Amino acid sequence: MNEQDLRTMIEEVRAGRMARRAFVKRLAVVGITAPMATQLLMHSGVAMAQSASTVPSTSKATKRGGGGVLKVLWWQAPTLLNPHFATGTKDQDGSRVFYEPLAAWDADGNLKPVLAAEIPTRENGGVAADGMSVTWKLKPGVKWHDGKPFSADDVVFNWQYAADPATAAVTSGSYKDIKCEKVNDLTVKVMFDKPNPFWADAFVGATGQIIPKHLFQDFMGAKSREAPANLKPVGTGPYKFKDFRPGDTVLGDINMDYHVANRPYFDSIEMKGGGDAVSAARAVLQTGEYDFAWNLQVEDEVLQRLERGGKGAVEITEGAGCEHLQLNNTDPWTEVDGERSSLKKAHPSLTDPAVRQALALLIDRKSVQDHIYGRTGIATANWVNNPPRFRSPNTSYEFNVDKANALLDSAGWVRGSDGFRAKGGAKLKYVYQTSINQPRQKTQAIVKQACARAGIDIEIKSVVASVFFSSDVANPDTYPKFYTDLQMYNTGPGRPDPGVWLQMFLSTEISSKENKWQGRNTTRWISKEYDVLHTAAEAELDPVKRVALLIQCNDLVIKNVVLIPIVYRPTVSGVSKRLKINLSGWDSNLYDLADWYTA
Amino acid sequence: MSSAYLLRRFLLAIPSLLGISVVLFCVLAMAPGDPFEELTLNPNIPPEVRLALRASLGLDDPVYLRYFHWLFAMLKGDWGFSFVSRIDVDRLILQRVPTTVAVIGTSQVLAILVAVPIGVLAAARPYSLFDQIANTMAFIGFSLPTFFTGLLLILFFSIQLDWLPMVYQSTLRETGWAWWWVQIKQSIMPVMVLGLFQGASLVRYVRSSVLDVIKLDYVVTARSKGIGQRKVLIRHVVRNALIPVVTLVALQMPIVFGGAIVTEQIFRVPGIGSLLITSILANDTPVVMGVTFVFACLVVLFNLIADILYGWLDPRISFR
Repeated sequence: MNEQDLRTMIEEVRAGRMARRAFVKRLAVVGITAPMATQLLMHSGVAMAQSASTVPSTSKATKRGGGGVLKVLWWQAPTLLNPHFATGTKDQDGSRVFYEPLAAWDADGNLKPVLAAEIPTRENGGVAADGMSVTWKLKPGVKWHDGKPFSADDVVFNWQYAADPATAAVTSGSYKDIKCEKVNDLTVKVMFDKPNPFWADAFVGATGQIIPKHLFQDFMGAKSREAPANLKPVGTGPYKFKDFRPGDTVLGDINMDYHVANRPYFDSIEMKGGGDAVSAARAVLQTGEYDFAWNLQVEDEVLQRLERGGKGAVEITEGAGCEHLQLNNTDPWTEVDGERSSLKKAHPSLTDPAVRQALALLIDRKSVQDHIYGRTGIATANWVNNPPRFRSPNTSYEFNVDKANALLDSAGWVRGSDGFRAKGGAKLKYVYQTSINQPRQKTQAIVKQACARAGIDIEIKSVVASVFFSSDVANPDTYPKFYTDLQMYNTGPGRPDPGVWLQMFLSTEISSKENKWQGRNTTRWISKEYDVLHTAAEAELDPVKRVALLIQCNDLVIKNVVLIPIVYRPTVSGVSKRLKINLSGWDSNLYDLADWYTA
Repeated sequence: MSSAYLLRRFLLAIPSLLGISVVLFCVLAMAPGDPFEELTLNPNIPPEVRLALRASLGLDDPVYLRYFHWLFAMLKGDWGFSFVSRIDVDRLILQRVPTTVAVIGTSQVLAILVAVPIGVLAAARPYSLFDQIANTMAFIGFSLPTFFTGLLLILFFSIQLDWLPMVYQSTLRETGWAWWWVQIKQSIMPVMVLGLFQGASLVRYVRSSVLDVIKLDYVVTARSKGIGQRKVLIRHVVRNALIPVVTLVALQMPIVFGGAIVTEQIFRVPGIGSLLITSILANDTPVVMGVTFVFACLVVLFNLIADILYGWLDPRISFR
């Protein structure tokens, strides 16, 4: 099925000649899943059925409160409660108890209105046809916890606050290139400097939480740290602030004036932090002391054992983070003009497509999933794995040592007396680095073993995470420098759209001494074709075409073995048996907190 | 003990504290990473945002400038603010003091209450059955690391028996007697783990110190005068034997404030130890500086106190 067929069918649905259900069914025949199909419809401007995730909880709770205390455990505790300064999910989640964005991302990567009255679309006039602006209508009657009304002024203020360079807000990336204007008290217009297909960034999701103007307006710019409300948040959310101890506890009490009827269910929330992931899992799954545990980065084997305690279960949330192996296109062992891995010196063997293909055949992804990650890492052939609409159907992976051997033989890489291959002066001997983390070291061992069978000598190197993931210009062992032949880590788009994330293969993003290794293209792969495709995708306003272009980007990366995806990593949470919740891999863990309830 | 001596000791403390702060600051400045590591992997945060954040916290200034900034602010009583939570460091530390003193302080008291009687009784009858048992237990006690005993207790009391909570909460909702009940229940495991660990090594110290004294001639004299065994032990032996023990305990007092990193981590006790470890992991220099500097001051101070106590307890030791 090509783009044209799809488009014709979408048109038929739009015109009412084809039922939504029939459309989904027909796509299922060609291997397109139901969520993907409905998303194609939504992105083409066909009205969508109610976001599924809001349905189940609505049917249960019929009155506000009465649910007792909700006890949640974050093994890394929130350290601050101003969403504009949140450096990690723990802080975003802590803030999300009290603050809310205009709209949130649900598990399927669809928008769900929170402080907005409706989601802007092309049809309701919210999204401008030229892609230069989007107009948000705000929900009327929303009040801050101190009783002041929430209005367009607050929204505009958040843009001013975050965009001010003197504030040095972490969220400034979402706000510095936009302009924001109040149309009336309940309408805000966001304008872009160029057509923007992914307009749902500012004021949306975990980074889009809105703080009140009346409490922060005197504390913009350099004075931002002095605002008393930094420590005593006054938001619009389901729970009101009670107490906060940085690095330890966040307490909230029910907001009896919450803007959604019959919400929230719990009378108070207790967010405890600290400790480690395994004992957090234990407190929910085995002893039942807590109702929810965040981000259980624990081996699946351990989780399964704890689940036998019977008090709770592990919940897997789809995301797009991908554990992968990067291949260096430049020579990491020769220094040119004060930098190794310089563009001026190509890698002696890794630039050979046969070697790259052979390496891809030598990564036993299935075994990595089965023996290391279990439910927490799923073997994949794709770089972009989620939301499903972006997952390429054109790729596949296999583990085949014989094929790799044959490939290397025919490319002229001959085994020497030590059993390892060489051609000319170049030997197939690689240093393979990653951060210190048990599953990663196990993966390294699996790869090393398979490579040895194909005559490739792998030397394993592991670097402390705080060095590997830092941007320290003076340190040679960081991942942006990539001073080895191969390296492995996990990264994802962090939002339900891979557009910005895919910049990491652009020739303009090469990581080098010149840009202090701030460039995202660490593999130093250069492809005109990719540059053109990505640029086209980022300017494409037609969602279907854009998805097709981004899938082509993914395929180009996979075909050229720029990197080898190994497993994609969903988020893992521990949830007590009695707690009913919705989680999303695209937003804060607490994006749907108001709807949480116990059965 | 002259006041000149005290003054000299105080003046000597200043250069050592300065030295400590320089070393601490340099080590922290040389350590890799910054508080914004988590942002490096996030494609939606442009590198310039990260650089602006670093600049706004003054992280790009040369180390010596940053040190003098810190030092002069410190002299004016400004401890700086945490890079991670943007709260004043002194406030952050003060917030952790009550819990730390409650948990670690109780465990120290427990250690002393357990160690002194056992040590004295064991020494009163060396190589008796009681002494053998006490010695063996002490050996086991300080050989087992706290992370092991902590997990063992959790496995037994929280998971098997379900009697005690495994998570310590500093913000209990209960009031009155209910508060005390919950507070005691949640403190039992951390206090036991720490107290028994400290107590075990203290037992051996008390025992050997009592053994040293009990053989002295004046004790024999006291006994031969017909004073009861009990009185000899308490009035004549323990009083003298405890002089070095008191010094040891005084020197250990800073630990009460420093917290116990491992135990705090296991039971999620929000003490100063856990503040220190999370700040180190997050490269939160001002907090690490603040905590370690308070710690250094306490060590210097308690050393001084120990010296003074020593002279007071044993007038034969003179100060010059």
